[in-house]
Amino acid sequence: MNEMWLGYCAAGLIGIGLYGLIVNPQPLHKILAFNIIGTGVFLVCAVVARRGAALGMGGDPIPQALLITAIVVAFAASAVAVALLVRLFEVEGRTTLDEEDASTRTDRDGRGA
Amino acid sequence: MTTPGGMLLVLAVLVPFVAVMAGLVLGGRNAERVALATVAAGLVIVFEIARSLRASSEPVVYLLGGWAPPLGVALRADGLSVVMMLAVGVVIAGVAVYARGDFGTPTGVRETRASLTFWSLLMAAWGALNLVFVSGDVFTLYVALELLTFAGVPLVCLDGRSETLRAALRYLLFALLGSMVYLLGVFLLYGGYGTLDIAMLGERVGASPLTWTAAALMTAGLLAKTALFPLHLWLPPAHAGAPAAASAVLSALVIKGSWFLVVRLWLDVFPGIVTWSATQWLAGLGVAAILVGNIVALRQARLKLLIAYSTVAQIGYLFLMFPLAAGARAAHVDDTAAVTGGMLQAISHATAKAAMFMAAGLIYSTLGHDRVADLRGAGRALPMTILAFALAGASLIGLPPSGGFLAKWLLISAALSTAQWWWALAMLVGGLLTSVYVFIVVMHAMAPPDVGWAPKRTVPGYQQGAVMALALCSFLLGAVAMFPLDLPRAGRPHVAWVAP
Repeated sequence: MNEMWLGYCAAGLIGIGLYGLIVNPQPLHKILAFNIIGTGVFLVCAVVARRGAALGMGGDPIPQALLITAIVVAFAASAVAVALLVRLFEVEGRTTLDEEDASTRTDRDGRGA
Repeated sequence: MTTPGGMLLVLAVLVPFVAVMAGLVLGGRNAERVALATVAAGLVIVFEIARSLRASSEPVVYLLGGWAPPLGVALRADGLSVVMMLAVGVVIAGVAVYARGDFGTPTGVRETRASLTFWSLLMAAWGALNLVFVSGDVFTLYVALELLTFAGVPLVCLDGRSETLRAALRYLLFALLGSMVYLLGVFLLYGGYGTLDIAMLGERVGASPLTWTAAALMTAGLLAKTALFPLHLWLPPAHAGAPAAASAVLSALVIKGSWFLVVRLWLDVFPGIVTWSATQWLAGLGVAAILVGNIVALRQARLKLLIAYSTVAQIGYLFLMFPLAAGARAAHVDDTAAVTGGMLQAISHATAKAAMFMAAGLIYSTLGHDRVADLRGAGRALPMTILAFALAGASLIGLPPSGGFLAKWLLISAALSTAQWWWALAMLVGGLLTSVYVFIVVMHAMAPPDVGWAPKRTVPGYQQGAVMALALCSFLLGAVAMFPLDLPRAGRPHVAWVAP
């Protein structure tokens, strides 16, 4: 019965994360929102593990293994994203994913875009 | 259950990653040498896997640790995997030869950041792609997908400019959202059916809201990574901003990894539960991609952006095989035409697009810019390259004897035989639109240069040779129709698709 509430929490987390990812223009907020989505998805996996409990164990061990792998992968992904963001700030002095005004984008050689 | 030759699957995945580590440890110029040696070794391994598959009618299987599914992890290579691994190997070889000119460490310098990074990422992308093709369960596919993303994203921003960093960050965010959504589908499938192995899932799945949700989530996530319309917005700046060799890898190969996953899922895990309207919707998005991509490509002023939008359009063709395969199964006829057509489309696009991006890179080096309207003189300075570009374009348009022609032939015949004529119409319209911008580029390039113009740089002959070799691969791929080769169907069960 508890697992159902955890499942609802997971759905809520994924929804909050999706909202944040889509609505926030700041890249760092997007990365954080991605992590919140990740937490929600991992919580779904944990619920799957709990519901598969048998043989006296607290939870199905396979989803727990998947969970650990997925957490590590998401952590590495966040690290890559933050590294890109830091480098973007070093190069440009500001962090935004918006391009400059399209009408003034090309220089004399047609470079830009 | 590990078949003889199963160890080759492990080698196909491990050898490129060992090359990455060896390149990092040895450093400097050795990263390039290790990568080139690995390309040769990897091609040998892939050919051996293909031979092993031809010798037996069963897929090549390797059980990790000797444990069988559902508790263990299996690597499985059937006809689809082997065909894709061969194509990827050939394209990587062509890109590696070409990239010696762009990313070779100059004499007198011990090590450059761009060179070391490029060779490491090239090998990492190859290893990740091989893992995508031989994975036997959906969670290993998730790991492989993430590896492919991590290898592909830094390729976009190799030159360190702020535009490419932004494009890389946008690509990464799209890709991460896609893989999270895919992962949610994986967990739902495990929760519902207790196994992750693809073969076992294919036997166990039944039509239920859980399976539909999982299928929808996984497909949506993979569509974000494959940049199918309308989730294609990250692709043009990313692929156009990357250096030419990196664009070739990204556009030709990395996209195919996530597309192959959709094929694997829809043909092996979900064939019984995918509804007719779902396949029509998916191919409808493909047709929208073809139209939008081609029309926007016509309006591009820069060659690399034109080629990137052409990729957006060609990705749409890849998704036309799904309703055709489903239609064939519903009519209880063999779906070979649709599946082989889809595979051929992927392979001919991979080789042609790699050749096109590398040709664009050579044009940029020679002219100093890549504005389409000012390409005059390129034909005089780079005749072989412009010819290669034209041959690759011919394959994308679908002119005989190219692979694109054979792929469209198979798909159109499948469309007409399953009474879905609208897909045939879409393919023909797409071919027409593609021909317009290919002709525009070639005609501008063939115009005589201004008086007194001299090329900025003479490109080495082997780079032009690499571009020509890949373009010829794509242009002559239609000749496989002459061989009684049935490699894509090797080792695959004939699943009867039952209308839900």
